Amino acid sequence: MKRREFLQKSALVVAGAAAVASGVAVVGQADQQATKLKVLNDHQAQTLLKMARQIFPHDRLDDSCYMKVVEDLDSEAATKPQTAKILREGVASLDRTRNSKFVSLSSDDQVAALKKIESTPFFDKVHSTELVSLYNNHAVWKLMGYPGASYQIGGYLHHGFNDLHWLPDPPETASPKPV
Amino acid sequence: MARFDHKDDSVIVIIGSGAGGGTLANELCHKGFKVVLLEAGQQQSQMTFRNDEWFAFKQLAWTDKRTTSGSWRIAKDFPNLPAWTCKTVGGTTVHWAGASLRFQDHEFRTKTVYSGVEGANLLDWPLTLGELEPYYTKAEDKLGVTRTNDIPGLPGNNNFKVMYNGATRVGYKTVHTGRMAINSRPRDDRSACWQLGFCFQGCKSGAKWSTLYTEIPRAQATGRLDLRPETRVLQIQHDQNGKATGVLYADKNGNHSVQKARVVCVACNAIESARLLLNSHSSTFPHGLANSSGQVGRNYMRHTTGSVFGIFKQPVHMYRGTVMAGIITDEAELNTKRGFAGGFEMETISLGLPFAAAFLRPAGWGRDYTRVLEQVNNMAGMWIVGEDMPQEKNAITLHPTEKDEWGLPIPNVHYDDHPNDIAMRTYAYKRGADVYKAVGATEIIEVPPYPSTHNMGTCRMSAKPRDGVCNKWGQTHDVKNLFISDGSQYTTSGGENPTLTIVTLAIRQADYIAAENGKKNI
Repeated sequence: MKRREFLQKSALVVAGAAAVASGVAVVGQADQQATKLKVLNDHQAQTLLKMARQIFPHDRLDDSCYMKVVEDLDSEAATKPQTAKILREGVASLDRTRNSKFVSLSSDDQVAALKKIESTPFFDKVHSTELVSLYNNHAVWKLMGYPGASYQIGGYLHHGFNDLHWLPDPPETASPKPV
Repeated sequence: MARFDHKDDSVIVIIGSGAGGGTLANELCHKGFKVVLLEAGQQQSQMTFRNDEWFAFKQLAWTDKRTTSGSWRIAKDFPNLPAWTCKTVGGTTVHWAGASLRFQDHEFRTKTVYSGVEGANLLDWPLTLGELEPYYTKAEDKLGVTRTNDIPGLPGNNNFKVMYNGATRVGYKTVHTGRMAINSRPRDDRSACWQLGFCFQGCKSGAKWSTLYTEIPRAQATGRLDLRPETRVLQIQHDQNGKATGVLYADKNGNHSVQKARVVCVACNAIESARLLLNSHSSTFPHGLANSSGQVGRNYMRHTTGSVFGIFKQPVHMYRGTVMAGIITDEAELNTKRGFAGGFEMETISLGLPFAAAFLRPAGWGRDYTRVLEQVNNMAGMWIVGEDMPQEKNAITLHPTEKDEWGLPIPNVHYDDHPNDIAMRTYAYKRGADVYKAVGATEIIEVPPYPSTHNMGTCRMSAKPRDGVCNKWGQTHDVKNLFISDGSQYTTSGGENPTLTIVTLAIRQADYIAAENGKKNI
């Protein structure tokens, strides 16, 4: 599998992401969630959780948002042996980059370790899954201030599509007034 | 709804239901022809569209595997998704933004006007703007294009306000909310725009023109359209005289059928149209159907593109309202003093958080990237659409080993950026940045091209059969009852979004087919 094929693969994980999107945010500690996993063991899950956080770090998001990424990876691994193998071997390789386990490294050292493996199928698998899982999560949208669908409010026509006031309004010849 | 027999060889078969095929079907049905419209995708509707970027991508996009090669950035960023087009009834008119611009006069004569660009396979179109003007007028009326036919422009959103102020401060003169096939007032049984912000995901208000809910149901209302969704055409067949006789296709259950036809029209978007002709090779046509010139699949163009996003101290909420909410046209004019041939449009574009993460920096990660993403509410964005140079080596070819689920070779899309494309993009990035800096952008993001939404040139028009695949009517030089009815016909790309010209050519092609039929020439 080549790197950066995420759009193709995302089509496969989008079903999972849609399930995320329709659900509520998972609350609770990551290690409690990890007990739900089908394939990954606790150490693998904790490693992937830290990795997911370093790939798209947002201080305002708690671990539950990143744990969804681990759950999506686990779900895929449960049905695809190849994914399970990539994750298992990937975690093991991350633990070998320094003298201690990846989860015990400092944040800077974790980033440095990931930088070394960023062109591997393992990194690509986690990155491409997380890209959809994290940024299609409605709980994440809420925390980052992205509103998502507007159809249910009748669009933005009466909800601020042209409410910017820190610049002058263009003349009507360029931008006619709404009906 | 009409149902025609597979053996009925009086029907016209059209493959693809987008801007070209959907329009042509409606025009021909209204002239009294029986039409079988074959569409690979499923039927959706305004009810089934969702304001959700990833959901809609999965619902609408053509995601069959393709491979890529060449120096273009797409081969690195999206190696198996070179194009972002649709597989659904209505084709890419479901996804398009609605920008409806006429070609300029000189863009039909670039070989003459640019007087030689090394490495470019330039050719003048075998027609002129003057010949197309009456048909452009019909197309603009059909689509309900704003700022034509006394239709007012759309109101500009926040993204446009930023563009307008920046553009006028750097001295651009022609900046407005564009010529858009999106209703600013209720018209033609379609509502006015709700400013949903999800033009690319299928317009749930129906304000944006799409063949899905205009041309196709109107053709069905004549009783002469047989629409068959979820059918995949595998081969165009011909007789010993080299005349097209019908098409072999598979339905969604995998059953193969042959639909006989008096005329076959190909409108599958530029990659699949070329692939279908190449895959229709036979002992009579060993290099593919209608390919005596060797030009089928070649001269693939996708417009010189890229995006510029500015980050501001205060909110913009660019995703509120129409995606292409405004345009700067100053750079589209003929101007050879900038160090490149051809011009480009600057059009607003917006991304929601999910697609911002996917596209602002393909494969991006880490804190410097998430710092950018966290400012998505404070971004304004524009897309660059410029004329790219046709090159013979930029081509759709059949993959030597990989096959699709029907056992046919998948397409490889090769594209090398021409030095002219690179010069234009570099210049356009800088001018886009100037616009946003003029209104206080604290940071500029130059975004590489998305998978190509504008795909052109792979069965190009030419005056002489040796230079291209079809004549000025889209009729193939080699097979008189075989027509090219989509953007594949483009001799050169122009700097304008292609849909309006595709619709214009389809209306004109319908007139030609009717006239030739009347003269018993086809």
